[in-house]
Amino acid sequence: MSTEAHAAEAHAGASVGTNLAIWIGLVAITFLEVFLAYEQLQPAVMLSILVVLSVVKAAMIMSYFMHLKFEKFSLVLFLIPAAIFCICMMFIFFFPEAFRLLQMRPH
Amino acid sequence: MESAWSGGKSPFAMGSKKLGMWLFIISDTLTFSALLIVYSYSRLTNPDWPRPFPIFPAIAFSTTMTVVLLASSLTMVMAVMAAQRNDRKKTVMWMVATMVGGLLFTALHLTEWMNMIFKEHFTITGNPEGSPLFGAVFFGITGMHMTHVMIGVIYLGIVAVGYGRGKFSAEDVEVNGLYWHFVDLVWMFVFPLIYLMSVKY
Repeated sequence: MSTEAHAAEAHAGASVGTNLAIWIGLVAITFLEVFLAYEQLQPAVMLSILVVLSVVKAAMIMSYFMHLKFEKFSLVLFLIPAAIFCICMMFIFFFPEAFRLLQMRPH
Repeated sequence: MESAWSGGKSPFAMGSKKLGMWLFIISDTLTFSALLIVYSYSRLTNPDWPRPFPIFPAIAFSTTMTVVLLASSLTMVMAVMAAQRNDRKKTVMWMVATMVGGLLFTALHLTEWMNMIFKEHFTITGNPEGSPLFGAVFFGITGMHMTHVMIGVIYLGIVAVGYGRGKFSAEDVEVNGLYWHFVDLVWMFVFPLIYLMSVKY
């Protein structure tokens, strides 16, 4: 496929129906999250579930509303692994040090 | 021959404005990630973390804000699709609808802030219910997000006027859309992590 043809396809994006279905899915996940708030789970368990659901919603928004699914795959490779790497580095360096400081806190 | 970095074809089959917006979005993602990671740590390590949000009215109110922001994302999708069809009138109409969504979200958010500050006495440095860190992260993160929404509304207004007058292209509307969807995306993390993790039972 030529570059121009690929660009034309990229600009086509998803149909109105698909975008509406994605929107309904996002609202449904939001209400699922609110329902989970009723369940009074442990904070660490609740946080883990909410982060996973939020990542799913973020992926839906980026793929369809932000057209990333319809862009060249090289753009996805250019943007997403770098961002995930930086966020992982924040986790790797922040949490061990933060929990070490927590244990040093006077009780 | 067109340079590889002049935008439009190579290397990503998109213009330099759109690529620039994607790079901004990734850098802003890291800013919000850092804030939310610090929040998550503070939340888990402070047993006296305040729970100021009862299901009704606070969670119902913030859920309404979430649906309003999601609805504004859908109108932005419609604006981008109309711009790709070169339908200037409908593009501007959908962009104005998106601005109304953004303004409504900001108004609801400010109402909530006023209620928390003046009725429940939560400030950036303290509160009557527990860890004083709550105010710093709550007002810090939601304030940062609200600033993005307000900038987004101004940005939408400028692009809508420019596109309506024929000064901006469909690509400018699409780039504007990327920013707006990013603002929506960030709220998809802020709402569950900040509000639903601090529900009062």
